[in-house]
Amino acid sequence: MADDDEEIILADLDDEELVLQMQDDLYDGMKEEIEEGTRILLERGWAPYKVLTEALVSGMKVVGDDFRDGILFVPEVLLAAGAMKGGMAILKPLLAETGAPTIGRIVIGTVKGDIHDIGQNLVTMMMEGAGFEVKNIGINNPVEAYIEALEEFDADFLGMSALLTTTMPYMKVVIDTLVAEGKRDKYIVLVGGAPLNEEFGRAIGADAYCRDAAVAVETAKEFMHRKHNRMAAG
Amino acid sequence: MIAGDARPVAPPTDAVLTDEGLTATGAANPAGRVLVIGCGALAREILALIRANGMAHVDLTCLPAILHNRPERIAPALEAAILGQGAGYDSIFVAYADCGSGGEIAKVCARHGAEMIEGPHCYSFFEGNARFAETGEVTSFYLTDFLTRQFDAFVIKPLGLDRHPQLRDLYFGNYEKLVYLAQTDDPALDARAEAAANRLGLAYERRFTGFGDLAAAMAGLPGR
Repeated sequence: MADDDEEIILADLDDEELVLQMQDDLYDGMKEEIEEGTRILLERGWAPYKVLTEALVSGMKVVGDDFRDGILFVPEVLLAAGAMKGGMAILKPLLAETGAPTIGRIVIGTVKGDIHDIGQNLVTMMMEGAGFEVKNIGINNPVEAYIEALEEFDADFLGMSALLTTTMPYMKVVIDTLVAEGKRDKYIVLVGGAPLNEEFGRAIGADAYCRDAAVAVETAKEFMHRKHNRMAAG
Repeated sequence: MIAGDARPVAPPTDAVLTDEGLTATGAANPAGRVLVIGCGALAREILALIRANGMAHVDLTCLPAILHNRPERIAPALEAAILGQGAGYDSIFVAYADCGSGGEIAKVCARHGAEMIEGPHCYSFFEGNARFAETGEVTSFYLTDFLTRQFDAFVIKPLGLDRHPQLRDLYFGNYEKLVYLAQTDDPALDARAEAAANRLGLAYERRFTGFGDLAAAMAGLPGR
């Protein structure tokens, strides 16, 4: 980190340098700098969606890749996410006003008996950054809460998260209930959480297991792409 | 590594149990003997039970306790220990519950004909699995004697709270209290557990459990 004598004045950087600097600042979890950089780009006439994708989401992509590769760890990812959240808070109302594209709609929540929401909050932020509308229903959700939220929100996706081996079997309860009520085919079900794996996702009847937030975004995009192709063909 | 007798007289330090575990040197002839392969976090309790029960035919090996934080690594490490140090023993007992392995520890035990401790994790079997199933609160964060002594190594440092204390509520904001499941009556540990609760911003409760279901499991080991 630069000392005071070498402090970088964000406003003095040109657009390209500023975006690169913001990506570095995001990596280092520097929330105030991200907020400042976001405001500067907006003042320079950048569209909110362009700031989001080119400065923030691309920066978080690097964070996600380095987490996957064991270069960054959870604390650093959380700091980066906190910094991105600062920028998102500025951009979100503007994105709503400017009608930024919505890719799909997701209900996400942690299963009954589980209060660990760090992962699903990261997924929520990355999904929103990628253009999904997300209804995050929080922690400790019984099947009724999932189904009610799915219907109210007219969701395309159901995302379920669990950190504990003792709670992850509840995902199957939710999926089995959707099947029993004839609603399973209405939703694409994505599951994630530290103790899960692909085998578990298949075994409980989910559409996909997502290893991390970045994979969740890519998986959701892929499913929406297939859905649109099917609709176009049909 | 403990040199000398197959059964170490005293466990190594908590730091060694955390990072390296405990390796019994093995008896000259393991035939007719029982090997307990357990979590380093249980070493003191298991050795105390071996002594209390006069189990001179039981040896103990422990995997590094810090695997608690990487449960997907426990089963492979356990299988390696069974195939390595367990060779020649009449019987192997695995002093792990499921411990976040998602059934993988049980699969290893089944493959090698080893018994293991019932239950989801040590919090549960220390309190007693039946009682824990009734009282286990979703919003409680649990410590044992070992985890209280090693709170920094298991909680503060891995979560980065020493470097980034502002992350505390992201990790613990949904918890309500810290429950210290005490294996021993130790006012100093009680104070340390309460300090840990304060540091995490949680209410504090101490419950004396003794060795819980671990005692019965050890008592059920095959005799000579």
